[in-house]
Amino acid sequence: MTAAGNPAVSTTAGRPFVGGRRLPLGWVGAVPFFAYVAVFLLLPTGIIAVGAFLAEDGSATLSNFSSLSQSNIVKASVNTVFLSAVTAVVGASLGALVAYAVATGNPDGILRRLVVSASGVLAQFGGVTLAFAFLATIGPAGLVYLFVKQHGVDFYANGYWIYDLRGLQLVYLYFQIPLMVLVFLPAVDGIKPQWREAAESLGGSTWHYWRYVAGPLLFPAFIGCTLLLFANAFSAYATANALINQGAPVLSQQINNALSSEVGLHKPGLANAIAIEMIVIVVLATVLYSLLQRRSSRWLQ
Amino acid sequence: MEKAATRQGVEVRLENLQRRYGAVTALDGLSLTLGAGELVALLGPSGCGKTTALRLVAGLEEADGGRVVIGGNDVTGLPANKRNVGMVFQAYSLFPHMVAWENVAFGLQMRKVGVEERKRRALETLELVGLASMANRYATQLSGGQQQRVALARALAIRPQVLLLDEPLSALDAKVRSRLRDEIRRVQLEVGITTLFVTHDQEEALAIADRVGVMQSGQLEQLGPPTTVYSRPATPFVADFVGLTNRLAGTVKNREVEVRGVRLPLVQPDVPDGPATALVRPEAVSLATDGVMDGPLVGTVIAVAFLGATSRVTVDLGGVTVLAQMPTAQTAEHPAGTKVRLTLRPDPVLIQREETNPAGS
Amino acid sequence: MAAVTASFQRSRRARLQAFRYVVLIAAAIFFLVPLLAMFEFSTRKGLNVGSGFTLTYWRQIFDYPDLVAAITASLQLAAITSIGMLVLLVPTMVWVRLRLPRLTRIVEFICLLPLTIPAIVLVVGFFPMYQWMGINFSDSILTLSFAYVVLVLPYCYRALDAGLGAIDVKTLTEAARSLGASWFTVMWRVIVPNISSAILNAALLSVALVLGEYTIAQNLLYNNLQVEIAQLGRANAGVSIAVAVASLLFAFILLVVLAFVGRRRRQPSETLVQDFARGGRK
Repeated sequence: MTAAGNPAVSTTAGRPFVGGRRLPLGWVGAVPFFAYVAVFLLLPTGIIAVGAFLAEDGSATLSNFSSLSQSNIVKASVNTVFLSAVTAVVGASLGALVAYAVATGNPDGILRRLVVSASGVLAQFGGVTLAFAFLATIGPAGLVYLFVKQHGVDFYANGYWIYDLRGLQLVYLYFQIPLMVLVFLPAVDGIKPQWREAAESLGGSTWHYWRYVAGPLLFPAFIGCTLLLFANAFSAYATANALINQGAPVLSQQINNALSSEVGLHKPGLANAIAIEMIVIVVLATVLYSLLQRRSSRWLQ
Repeated sequence: MEKAATRQGVEVRLENLQRRYGAVTALDGLSLTLGAGELVALLGPSGCGKTTALRLVAGLEEADGGRVVIGGNDVTGLPANKRNVGMVFQAYSLFPHMVAWENVAFGLQMRKVGVEERKRRALETLELVGLASMANRYATQLSGGQQQRVALARALAIRPQVLLLDEPLSALDAKVRSRLRDEIRRVQLEVGITTLFVTHDQEEALAIADRVGVMQSGQLEQLGPPTTVYSRPATPFVADFVGLTNRLAGTVKNREVEVRGVRLPLVQPDVPDGPATALVRPEAVSLATDGVMDGPLVGTVIAVAFLGATSRVTVDLGGVTVLAQMPTAQTAEHPAGTKVRLTLRPDPVLIQREETNPAGS
Repeated sequence: MAAVTASFQRSRRARLQAFRYVVLIAAAIFFLVPLLAMFEFSTRKGLNVGSGFTLTYWRQIFDYPDLVAAITASLQLAAITSIGMLVLLVPTMVWVRLRLPRLTRIVEFICLLPLTIPAIVLVVGFFPMYQWMGINFSDSILTLSFAYVVLVLPYCYRALDAGLGAIDVKTLTEAARSLGASWFTVMWRVIVPNISSAILNAALLSVALVLGEYTIAQNLLYNNLQVEIAQLGRANAGVSIAVAVASLLFAFILLVVLAFVGRRRRQPSETLVQDFARGGRK
């Protein structure tokens, strides 16, 4: 509401009366923000939404969506879903273990603060730098690979898997695990020691406690966080592009193909359609994550 | 509180229990026997070891020395889940993802009771604590007092041999606290179960216990019925912790202590003569506004604190503050500012001497 | 009845500690080794491990003009984006708190939107826009900052929101205005100094994100730092990794400063760190 009646916060000039009420000029202050966001956030989104239904000549069409069933797009979609699912599940499981290891320690200790800060840094450490870090580690000229090879084991004997989806799975774990630690730790913190002791005094063993108390309590958060990791991996582009130069096995790389004229023809309509496909999946996963988080925090916070 | 006609339950013995945390000794040889069906309250300030003792009986912690014997069985080496004890925690112990009856039935589930049977018994136990109508509510939908009643039902549903309560009322509002404490006592008497109740609130302990054990620094200072602990405190710590105490300077002479011209008998008369501090209860002090207003027992009323049925009057006695407690109606005679003369009822008192520790054990 | 075990608690505690050590040490190895490997690679003399230490690659950074140009461009972008974001967000957020509280939810939703929309998706919408901009306006790499401001919105919003939430904006403003201050004075001399750590937070986050950004730049065919590193990697791995290590160290120092600054007033909120982790330059 305007501060019309408040003498302490008055505007510098009188404001015009219109039919007995002062015009709400307070809205003016929000204009720059909304204008900027309209141009640089909503407009591109609109372009995608509309462009997906436009053909090369500008006529309305659904052909872009039918192009989604092209074999290379379908393959990329399947690859990306598989890649995201695997790294989500593995990352979530390993991350949950690390979160549990941290949560059961001293809540004010150095170890905990170190792990949380490190997770913050590592989770956003992705893209080119990460890909190159892994190449420097287990790439053909990498430290670990050469070291292990010197001792007789050549893990590229059957092909250089670091450069395809298998390598990507390993590399993705590098930011998936820390992300899981960050988003799952609050849930683990929410497990009260009284529940364990109550379960024990009522005759429950460790297994019973996990099966009937801690497990069910942590389950929604675990699934939710796994979905978040899925969305995270699904949206990734830089890491994949830096590591995989042959073909475009990941869906985000297909967008890149359709967009820039490096490979094949420039197909903006297709790029829009793939973008919509991606957004639908990511938004779905994120919404489910929010719902599960809400359930979890009702119990654990 | 009257005692139940029938007493079931088993005897629980704590024998010379010891517990150390690094350099800190939490329990230093605690020995205590709870009779069958008895409710013993362990009372003391934070850090006195009362909660540690309870947790040792529960099996949630391990003793460094001594034994716990329940119903004739030495359970010292048993983990908590094999001891068949029922425990009520201070707060937050209900499982949030289960409704009330599922919480109560949990112990039965651990004992492999079928779902129909355990639901029936859970509802029965909820009926006992008066919450059968809330059986399908989650913990977040229940008030603090209701949650604790469900916790009590949950502990009792497994028909344990001993009931352990760890400051179950401390997290609740004052009004709820007094109602729930009576409720707990009623249930305990009805079931007749041996109970150990830990608290730092002396009013609670005195109100519901059969016997009260006052603890300090890992040791039991006094164990006895509430009336005894209150009116015949064995040590100055007990006198201080349980109820209020006035400390008045005096002199021991001929197996009595003389305080400001008044001679009072001693709880422990066999002490040498000499200066000492007498510990006098506020209820033993009465105030008069008539008669000779002169002498060492004359002072001025500083404040009157209204406590409901009784009131507490603070009197300035030549620089020393003395508390007197009396029915509220009497305080009308001497509001703040009035000159009053004190009389001390000739109850036996404890004394304390500066150099050594107190006379009286 | 004889005691079953004398130390059931101690053995359980010992098992837990063993588990913790194993997990945390394994995690430490998994996460530290690649970092060490990067450093080793960038200072390796010969072709094999252990063949010597050299700073050649590091020195060679300056032999690549494209690389130097890219570094400069990225630093400029980082600065422009931070300032642009602050100029856009701080007055808006203060104004919403003071005069338009009903818009809070909408502003929050909009600011958090870029968290859900992947950069690779957003860039599809940017592409025609930047084509048009390149023809009619400018095709300088610095126009990327328009897009970057949107990208950093969520993290900066959270940081600034936390800062503004910690002070009583309304009372401070009313006090200042009743003493005769203009709106500009209120913003600049009253509000900003009181949320200085939140502002620094937001600025540092923006810088870290911009320096690490690849997706939008590459798809819009600009050569920022990360794009250049990737391209250079095909030609000269050693130098590109040296630059990568440098940018990593720089981001790390920024985040340490962030943590240090945050602790003086409040810890950076958990949600902020989480959001930051979800975004970034994957």
